[in-house]
Amino acid sequence: MTISRTDIEKVAVLARIQVDDEQVSALEKDLGNILDLVDQLGTADTDAVEPLAHPLDAVQKLRPDEVTETNQRAAFQAIAPATENGLYLVPRVIE
Amino acid sequence: MHNKSVAELSRELGSGTISSVELTRQFLDRIRAEDGKYNSFITITEDQALAEAEAADQQRAAGKATPWTGLPLAHKDLFCTNGVRTTCGSKMLENFVPPYDATVTARFREAGAVCIGKTNMDEFAMGSSTESSYFGATTNPWGNQRVPGGSSGGSAAAVAARLVPAATATDTGGSIRQPASLCGITGLKPTYGRVSRYGMVAFASSLDQGGTMARTAEDNALMLNVMAGFDPRDSTSVDREVPDYTATLNEPMKGLKIGLPREYFSDQLSPAMEQQVRNAVKEYEKLGATVKEVSLPNAGLAIAAYYVIAPAEASANLSRFDGVRYGYRCEDPRDLMDLYTRTRAEGFGEEVKRRILVGTYALSAGYFDAYYLKAQKVRRLIQQDFINAFREVDVLMSPVSPSPAFAQGEKNTDPVTMYLEDVFTIAVNLAGVPAMSIPAGFVDGLPVGLQIIGDYFSEARLLNAAHQFQQVTDWHQREPR
Amino acid sequence: MQWDIVIGLEIHVQLATRTKIFSGSSTAYGAEPNTQANAVDLAMPGTLPVPNEQAFRYAVMFGLAVNAEIERRSVFERKNYFYPDLPKGYQTTQLERPIVGPGYVDIDLSNGESKRVRIHHAHLEEDAGKSLHEDFHGMTGVDLNRAGTPLIEVVTEPDMNNAEEAVAFAKKLHGIVTSLGIGDGDMSQGSMRFDVNISLKPKGSDTLGTRTETKNLNSFRFMEQAIAHEVDRQMDILEDGGRIVQETRLYNGDRDESRSMRTKEEANDYRYFPCPDLLPVVLDEAFIEEARNSLPELPDARKARFQAQYGLNDYDAGLLASDSKLATFFEETVNLGKDAKLSANWILGEFSARLNAEEKAVADSPISGAQLGALVTRIADNTVSSAGAKKVFEALWTGESDNVDGIIDAKGLKQVSDTGELEKMVDEVLAGMPDQVAQYQNEEDPKKRKKMLGGFMGPLMKASKGQGNPKLFNEILQKKLGG
Repeated sequence: MTISRTDIEKVAVLARIQVDDEQVSALEKDLGNILDLVDQLGTADTDAVEPLAHPLDAVQKLRPDEVTETNQRAAFQAIAPATENGLYLVPRVIE
Repeated sequence: MHNKSVAELSRELGSGTISSVELTRQFLDRIRAEDGKYNSFITITEDQALAEAEAADQQRAAGKATPWTGLPLAHKDLFCTNGVRTTCGSKMLENFVPPYDATVTARFREAGAVCIGKTNMDEFAMGSSTESSYFGATTNPWGNQRVPGGSSGGSAAAVAARLVPAATATDTGGSIRQPASLCGITGLKPTYGRVSRYGMVAFASSLDQGGTMARTAEDNALMLNVMAGFDPRDSTSVDREVPDYTATLNEPMKGLKIGLPREYFSDQLSPAMEQQVRNAVKEYEKLGATVKEVSLPNAGLAIAAYYVIAPAEASANLSRFDGVRYGYRCEDPRDLMDLYTRTRAEGFGEEVKRRILVGTYALSAGYFDAYYLKAQKVRRLIQQDFINAFREVDVLMSPVSPSPAFAQGEKNTDPVTMYLEDVFTIAVNLAGVPAMSIPAGFVDGLPVGLQIIGDYFSEARLLNAAHQFQQVTDWHQREPR
Repeated sequence: MQWDIVIGLEIHVQLATRTKIFSGSSTAYGAEPNTQANAVDLAMPGTLPVPNEQAFRYAVMFGLAVNAEIERRSVFERKNYFYPDLPKGYQTTQLERPIVGPGYVDIDLSNGESKRVRIHHAHLEEDAGKSLHEDFHGMTGVDLNRAGTPLIEVVTEPDMNNAEEAVAFAKKLHGIVTSLGIGDGDMSQGSMRFDVNISLKPKGSDTLGTRTETKNLNSFRFMEQAIAHEVDRQMDILEDGGRIVQETRLYNGDRDESRSMRTKEEANDYRYFPCPDLLPVVLDEAFIEEARNSLPELPDARKARFQAQYGLNDYDAGLLASDSKLATFFEETVNLGKDAKLSANWILGEFSARLNAEEKAVADSPISGAQLGALVTRIADNTVSSAGAKKVFEALWTGESDNVDGIIDAKGLKQVSDTGELEKMVDEVLAGMPDQVAQYQNEEDPKKRKKMLGGFMGPLMKASKGQGNPKLFNEILQKKLGG
């Protein structure tokens, strides 16, 4: 299966990864090869098969509703790129 | 001392022939002297290690020692270590110092082990050669300019080069077994859910599993004793009793039923590689095991299913690296879109970006059913193959990789060629069963491993089988020159 | 052209759990920014979600209260998109197997009819953080305290056809949530958020028109206005031959304006897939039965009880029963005030008007049900007139004093009900107004006579310094003036 430049550009926007023209060309080939590999899936007869999301047939454990966390803001914001007044700063968001 | 196993060093520390501080110094000295050749470490935590060693010596003096008290080990650099930078081999996390521990690192800390550093890896564990690390490639101690395998190539090389007696690692599609095989050491990928994933930077959540690397099976058992067990912070970890994995190492092999999956002895495997694997199986026969051929009919679809599921999960798992709360952030973002797209374009390497894009594509509207859902259905077929096989036999044995360590630069220009390196290991992750790689001979002067695959939660049996093999062979004792 | 209006609602309800849906961080409102955002909430590398049992219990209680099927095996999906208030880059939510399946709610309409609004489903998910758009040198600040707060998102069928129905449904749902105690229902703080999907179609047509989604409706009043506004907007476009664009619109209640949200819509492809960090949540019958047994009285049952127990009419009972805090307040009032009708009148009248005027919730009321009950007692036993009672209410509200009898004494609001004293006053006043008395007595028309009687009340109230019992004055006047 081939993947078009338009598809790659669209997917790059969804994934929020900047790609230039040269990269798109390289990706066209590499992703095309990967998708060729993946297309083998089409040969499997899976009509009556349930999808498997987890290898173990386990069920979720639930946690009691108890506060276990304390304020660690100073430690977390010490490793943040930009903060002010306890807030994380990002370029202006327009809604 | 550096040639001794964890079990032996533990006894030395216990008898007082050496202190933890002395032992730690020796390994730190070796790293400083030798690792220039291998680049197996990203971070060496000298000061912290010596402080921990000192504390361990005091613990021991106070009579409060575990088998790990004072023993140096290294962590793959995707296990978060409180106060020690954790890079995942990526520019994205070049300066990331987590204020928390992974459950695995915390457990070793509690057991008194001394962390001497963080080992190199393929960026975000995506690779089979440890060439995609932002911190440079790791070299295989066995061969000039040979890859150590990956993604846990740093851990494997460090253990093989005797820079550390044991190291943690992770395996999403073969990332413990293949480097263990290529570096001539012993590695174990436990059953999915046996070891907590909390604090282990995620690649593909339903496939990732933390595991062990050391030179002997016994040392792997000692490691797993610390690592295994339910963690309330990981919903996918399994609440099931953890046996003492060292207790059953000496069970006899007589009557062990070994299956050889036909599909894993295909023409993808060189005759020389196949010969080593068959020789190893013969050793088991000598020990009283029986051997039969079995089939994993859907094994050929494993790579295809994996390269949908793993990238799909990764595409979401890696969305958190957005330059907002931690990690790399591009210079002077113009606007929010620019912040995201440039941070991620500059912070991630090429292979990581490729996989994010493939995963995003596979999940996008119109493709979900054909790719993701189809891959999950094939995943069930693959799991069923293993379930069926384990109705007939106790363990499966196979090669780990199609060839011994390849040259650096040989496969990293074409992603698909690199992906095929994991052709014999990936199905195990899809099914979630445990598997090991143990040293089983040499091809062209390079080590090759034997893969032993077990049923769910049969780690004790795998370690037992590996240990018994190591009682009658010495491949695992060979030292690279 | 005549149009049919089609309205469906999506309601986000913050659940009143102590901790977040996937972490042990507190959900208390109003903390300093990012002090309640731990490693999991911040999506630190390697961290993993662990679901909160209470969120499931609350969701099940909600499902049972809206007559819905409970999904025994529910699954979480990831909804992928990038936004600064969404730390993981995906929202953990439920798509394929939501915890609450189809159900319904019956609403009362002003014409006395009842209407059934179907619930499509309700699912559990995590809330996002908040972006603060004040200017930080041209930057936006992000507070992730709210990130990970458990929500249920309730999605209705497009069963409502006008603003009245939509608001009646919203109020009913609000009443259910607060009665269950699973959420505080505070719309101004965003604990309960209503999004309205509106479309128009030619009258009688079977084909639904293109719909828009209107967000940011932080009161029932704004919701009503926003619907009217959006219906007008769509009607104008359609009647000019235009087309409705499917979009999300942000309503500004203060200006009664709406505008399209620019960013969120471009090429959305959320790439939902099952969250591999979470396993299927399997709820057994015991869990569901326990939730069923813990259900408190719900608005419908309470309304019936108020009618039976207190003799309230359908309308008053419905209003008082709709909100659990208001219902509790009413019962506290009645408990002391005895007179249920009078209590209801005061709560639905003076009290509600005052809350509305000051945009306060019942919980923020400065006066208690017991205090209002004490006041109702004094009105019922003729100690104060209703005019005097308003003064007492005012003093209670402003916190001048918290004691009803004390206020009545201090302000001299006690009515004079001694007939002898009142007769003396009437005699004195009538003696000073001979012309008016004569005029009254010559008047034939009973209506006019009644009006003229009122003319004596002013001087009488003045003479009694406002303390004369108006009812008694009236009786004495009629007697003295000859009917």
